[in-house]
Amino acid sequence: MAGILILGEIEGDALDSITGELATVGQALAATSGDEVAVALLGGTPDSFAGDAIAAGADKVYTVADPLLADGQIDAYLSAFEQAVQHTSPSIVLIGKTELGRDLGPRLAFRMGVGVAQDCVELSVDESTGRVSALRPVYGGNAMAKVTFQGDGIQIAVVRPKTTEAPEPDTSRTGETQALGVELESSVIKSRRVDTVTQASEGVRLEDATIVVSGGRGLGGEEPFETLAGLASMLGGAMGASRAACDAGWLDHSYQVGLTGKTITPDLYITVAISGASQHMAGCSGAKHVVAINRDQDANIFKSCSYGVVGDWNKVLPAFIETVSELINS
Amino acid sequence: MALNIIVCAKQVVDPETPASAFRIDPDTKQIVPAQGIPPVVNGFDENAVEAALQIKEASSDATITVLSVGSGFVMDVMKKPLSMGADQLILVDDPAVGNLDAFGTATALAEAIRKIGEYDLILCGRQASDWDNAMVPLGIAEILGLPCITIAQKIEVSDDGVTVHKALSDGYEVVKAGLPAVVTITNELGEPRYPTLRGIMTASRKTPTVWDASEVGLSHDQLSHKLDLTELYIPVSDTECEFIEGEDDADSGRLLALKLREARLI
Repeated sequence: MAGILILGEIEGDALDSITGELATVGQALAATSGDEVAVALLGGTPDSFAGDAIAAGADKVYTVADPLLADGQIDAYLSAFEQAVQHTSPSIVLIGKTELGRDLGPRLAFRMGVGVAQDCVELSVDESTGRVSALRPVYGGNAMAKVTFQGDGIQIAVVRPKTTEAPEPDTSRTGETQALGVELESSVIKSRRVDTVTQASEGVRLEDATIVVSGGRGLGGEEPFETLAGLASMLGGAMGASRAACDAGWLDHSYQVGLTGKTITPDLYITVAISGASQHMAGCSGAKHVVAINRDQDANIFKSCSYGVVGDWNKVLPAFIETVSELINS
Repeated sequence: MALNIIVCAKQVVDPETPASAFRIDPDTKQIVPAQGIPPVVNGFDENAVEAALQIKEASSDATITVLSVGSGFVMDVMKKPLSMGADQLILVDDPAVGNLDAFGTATALAEAIRKIGEYDLILCGRQASDWDNAMVPLGIAEILGLPCITIAQKIEVSDDGVTVHKALSDGYEVVKAGLPAVVTITNELGEPRYPTLRGIMTASRKTPTVWDASEVGLSHDQLSHKLDLTELYIPVSDTECEFIEGEDDADSGRLLALKLREARLI
C-alpha cells in the first residue's frame, strides 16, 4: 500500500481546476513521503484528458472508461472509484470538496471501513509513520481541528477548493497512462439525477469576481440591494449577501456567501451591515482585503477587516458610492 | 400511503454564541458551553423536521419519529421537534455514545434505525453546526445500503419514491430515488415553523423512548474512532482594522472611498 491517488474531475471539455489543486497538494505530501502522485480520471471517454492531468502535476494517470460514467451519476462514480482504489491500493486518497467529492469521499470511506477527513484546508504527512494530519475548520470556522488517521488503513482527505492555487499547466511533464477495467452495472445507480436547472447569473460570477460587495440582515429589505448591485457593477465586481438576507427572501440563495453558500476569493470584499458570523466568514476567508460598514463597533466582521467604518449605512453608503463614482470617472 | 419518516437530530452548542463567549478546553479538546446559553437542536435538523411535517401534511398517513444519539440531553431542547409536530422521540442516551466521530455516530444511528425497524424515509440536516462534517447521513445510507440524496431544497414523496430538488451553487438538480432512502435537508427549504402553544402542550405530555447503547446492540469496537483529534484551537486573526472616522457618517463614507483608492483597491 503506497502512493497518492487523486479523484480527477472533468468539467465540460476541460479538467476542473480542483484536479490541479489536488495535484499540488499531493506533490507537497509526496515531497515528504516519497509517494507517486496518480490521478484517476473517470468518464465515458476520459482518455483525452490524461495529458492535461500530467501537465497539471500528476506522475501517472489511471483512466476508467464506461458508458455508465458518461452522465456523472454519483453512485456509478463511487462504485468505479472504489474499484480503482482497490486496484491501485494507495495509502492516501485526495478528493476535492466539490458537489461530487463532498458526498463521494465520505461514502467511499464508510463503504471501505476507513477514515476520512472532510473539508481539509491543510494536510501534512509524518515522515516516519506515513500517517496524514489534516487541519479543518469546525464550529462554523470558530475553531480549527487537527486530526490524524488511526490505524494503518487508507487515508481519505476531502480538500476544500481554492486552498491552494492550481499550477500553470506544464506541458513538458511526462507520465504513464494506464487504463483500469472496472465492472459496473446499472443497478448500482440507486439515486438518479433526471434534470439540471441552471439559473444563469448576470455579469461577473461571484466566485470569479475580484471585487465583491455584500449586504446583510441589517439592510432591512430588498431595496438597498439594488444600490449595492449598482456599486458592484460600477466596480466591475459582483454582489453577494449573507445567509440571513437570503433566508429573509430578499435575494435568491445563489447570492449567499458562506459556509453553506459560495466561497469567494476577491481582492476586495466590501460588506455592508454584515455582522460577520463565523458561518459567513468561512465563505470569504480567502478575500485579500475586507472592508466593513457596520453600526456595531464590536461586530465580528471588524476582526477580519483591513478598513472599517462604524456608522449608519444609510448615511455612509451614499457618500461612499458618490466618491467612488467620482474617483472612477475622473 | 402509510409512511414512516425518521428524522435524525442532534443537540449542539448554540451556533449563535457570540465569538467572545466561545471557549475551548485545550486538555479535553472540547468546547466549553458558554454560561447561560443553552444548547439547541442543530438548525439544519430543524429544517429536516419541517420537511417531514410538510410531507406529512401532503400525505394521508405519515408518522414522524425523531431520533438522536448522545449523552447529556437537555429534554426541553430535544422536545422541540415534538412541539413542532413530530409524533415521537427516541433517544439513544449513553456515555458510550457521547463523544463519537462521524463514523461512530452513523453506526449508532443506523443500528437504532434497524431497531426501529419500519422506515420509508430518513431525513437529516445537511450538516451539524458543531463539526460541520456533513458525513453522518452518508454513513447511515452506506451502512443500511440505501440511496442517498443530499442538500434538498424541495422534497416530494409519491408511490414511485422520492423526488428532490438538490441545491447547487447556480440552480438545482432534480434527483429521484426509490424508498427507503436517506435525504439531507438544507435551509433553502424554508424556515422551520415555530411551535404552537398547543404543540408545546402536546409535547410536554409525551415521554421520549430512551435506549442505552447495549439495547441498540452497539459494541465498543463498532464505535472506535477512525480519526484522532490531536488539537482544537481558536484561530487568531492577524488583521488589524484601520477605522476610518470622518466628521459624520457621510464624511466617513467619502474618506473610506479615498482610502481604498489610495490603497489601489479600487
